[in-house]
Amino acid sequence: MAKRVGIEVSLAISEAVKLAKVDAVAAYPITPQTHIVEHLSELVAEGELDAAFIPVESEHSAMSVCAGTSAAGARTYTATSSQGLALMNEILFIIPALRLPVVMTIANRALSGPISIWNDHSDIMSVRDTGWIAIFVENGQEAFDLTLQSFKIAEDHRVLLPISVNLDGFTLSHVIEPHEFLDQDEVDRFLPEYKPAVQLNPDDPVSMGTVGVPEIYAEAKKCQDEVLKGSIKVVKEVFAEFAEMFGREYKVVETYRAEGAETLLMTMGSVSETAMEAIDKMQEAGRKVGLIRLRLWRPFPADDLRAEMGSVKTLAVIDRAVSFGGAGGPVAGEVRSALYNVDDSPYIASFIAGLGGRDITVDDFIEMVDQAEAMAKVNEIHEYKMIGVRE
Amino acid sequence: MTKKYNEKAWHEYELGFMVSRPGCSAEYRTGDWRSQQPQTNKEKCIKCGVCYLVCPEGAIVLAADGTYDFDLEHCKGCGICATECWTGCISMVEEGE
Amino acid sequence: MENLNVYAAKMAPQQEFLAGGHRACQGCAELLAARLVAKTLGHDYIIANATGCLEIVTSSYPHSAWEVPWIHVAFENAAAVASGVEAAVKILQKKGKYPVDRKITILAQAGDGGTVDIGLQALSGALERGHDMIYICYDNEAYMNTGVQRSSSTPYGATTTTSPAGAADPLGQHTMKKNIVEIAAAHNIPYVATASPSYPFDLMEKVKKASETPGPAYIHCFVPCPTGWRMAPNLAVSIGRIAAESKVFPLYEVVNGEYRMTVTHKKHRPVIDYLKPQGRFRHLNEDNIAEIQQQVDKSYERLLKKVKMSSTELD
Repeated sequence: MAKRVGIEVSLAISEAVKLAKVDAVAAYPITPQTHIVEHLSELVAEGELDAAFIPVESEHSAMSVCAGTSAAGARTYTATSSQGLALMNEILFIIPALRLPVVMTIANRALSGPISIWNDHSDIMSVRDTGWIAIFVENGQEAFDLTLQSFKIAEDHRVLLPISVNLDGFTLSHVIEPHEFLDQDEVDRFLPEYKPAVQLNPDDPVSMGTVGVPEIYAEAKKCQDEVLKGSIKVVKEVFAEFAEMFGREYKVVETYRAEGAETLLMTMGSVSETAMEAIDKMQEAGRKVGLIRLRLWRPFPADDLRAEMGSVKTLAVIDRAVSFGGAGGPVAGEVRSALYNVDDSPYIASFIAGLGGRDITVDDFIEMVDQAEAMAKVNEIHEYKMIGVRE
Repeated sequence: MTKKYNEKAWHEYELGFMVSRPGCSAEYRTGDWRSQQPQTNKEKCIKCGVCYLVCPEGAIVLAADGTYDFDLEHCKGCGICATECWTGCISMVEEGE
Repeated sequence: MENLNVYAAKMAPQQEFLAGGHRACQGCAELLAARLVAKTLGHDYIIANATGCLEIVTSSYPHSAWEVPWIHVAFENAAAVASGVEAAVKILQKKGKYPVDRKITILAQAGDGGTVDIGLQALSGALERGHDMIYICYDNEAYMNTGVQRSSSTPYGATTTTSPAGAADPLGQHTMKKNIVEIAAAHNIPYVATASPSYPFDLMEKVKKASETPGPAYIHCFVPCPTGWRMAPNLAVSIGRIAAESKVFPLYEVVNGEYRMTVTHKKHRPVIDYLKPQGRFRHLNEDNIAEIQQQVDKSYERLLKKVKMSSTELD
């Protein structure tokens, strides 16, 4: 039976990876991802996890080793943050093109410079277009549950794409929270052994990663995008199966007290919990506000987002990264695209907050709602507004 | 009729655009690149096999009599075989002569 | 041809695992070397290939010249990808989850750029971690695939498209070839060797030894490039022989730290015999050539000292 454990979120993720019985882990240490891979290497050393732990000399090699292990048919996991993700960048593009279902945790952290070990979303946003499925979690339980579900999504033969599970570095990765752990037999029922669709095997040789001549390159990219977009169906199926088996429900777009709301805050990641407090406070004051959270960042759940826009007049999108020189935060840009040309689409305000470990307080959220509603009233043309910055 | 690789729709390719027919490059005729081709004076050939060993194309094949023939569909005419031949029994002659 | 029984060629494995129809230039010694390596390793091996000449000429979609499982990911990471394949096959075999339970050899292959420059870190990591694999560098002494730009493996005095010999700077490449073989040996791995397809049996023997050695093995294979070296394609094999005979590229191995020459010559040729047929050295004057002769003599003597020290230790 499931048991309740108070444990650091990083360690809960490692336990989920252990329960998934991964065959190979390749990782290079970077703050704040370290506790995850330290614990995994410990589990391997103690004989609790029968896997190859490959302590590589860089993140570039971490992802390259993952390409090798996954292509050889091993269930493969890695974790990184910030500069590490940036160093992997080149290989991130190739993993989905080769259709390798690698699962990676990203303990989200700001990118240099100046160097910052603290949390924001600039790392994941900078690899938006690499072709990975990207999921955001808000608390330890979600991190545990969605790590397990990620293997099932990635390895589904209709998908065979890599997934990143994003959690806020330090503010989530390093906190101790209660988790409902699952037993091994429960996990085994949910997540059967990985059956590769193709693997490097001398008895059935294939060549992977051949030269993409102009006659096929466009088809290769179209195929990748269609499969990535189609994966949302599998994501939803897996969420449903998990809910059915273990009672915890996940949606690609989550809402909080959003019914009848005229203004919605939109968040991703662990700030959502503070945002909920702000919503409670504003609702107590009689305001028609609610919260919408993107769980799935890629593929972008445009249809599910549109379905939640019923009575909404103003949408305040909070980005935790800057798209330098761009027309708004990266998430706001996506949302604007998804809702443009939609009848009665809401006014979309783009806010950037919480960069490099800067707190976003309840009052900040309230201020964003205030500003968004005022801007909506006059249909203010803007790119983005930065909250909590000294001007 | 099966579609050629440059006629298929995006969903008709193999997973990850891999190639699952081992060694299928042999379908490609590099023999067209040649301006000179090797010819053997089989009377002088001592059947040593050096030409076979040093061919970058693997385009020199053992004949029934122990001498070697050229796979002219793939031979690019580099002339290494003629240069390396111990007895000088291979010569490079202009194509079409 | 090397000084062996004239009929020895017949004794080489007859099977081919690298098919024809690849798009290498005429007289490409890299493809010759790769073909000999493939012959030697036979059926049960997996290749992780770096980006480069060998990769593009053998895998132009919809074709592949490889008859064994082959993966190409990127330029600088062949050693890392091979590490992953090795670790995965090992753990999957242990868990009874790999379809083949025979010993599988893992081979990483890359050019000089993918090894001595951009791939050096991944190579060092893989050698240090001790994966049971062979890494072969096919060294044609420049970035041939992109149009003959200099690498740190380009020899002193060679003109390339980014170390051109010009009016103001008539030398060409100013630096000495990076000694990657010593760098590999410094990792204290069990097997390191130089090789050349101009000595096919020496090459095949070394590949065999490398595959039978548990742990990492590094082979540095000298592969003349008629296109980049500006010489006639039919000379690709003979120039490699002259490289060995002139001490430019000596053939030796380092087994558990012990140095041994595998091909020796009673008399050495002057380096001019090696330089002359190649257009990339045509601009050199007598002083330059004397300088190269001196460099070659010096590094050969240094190598001989190591060989001597090794044989003394063995006594």
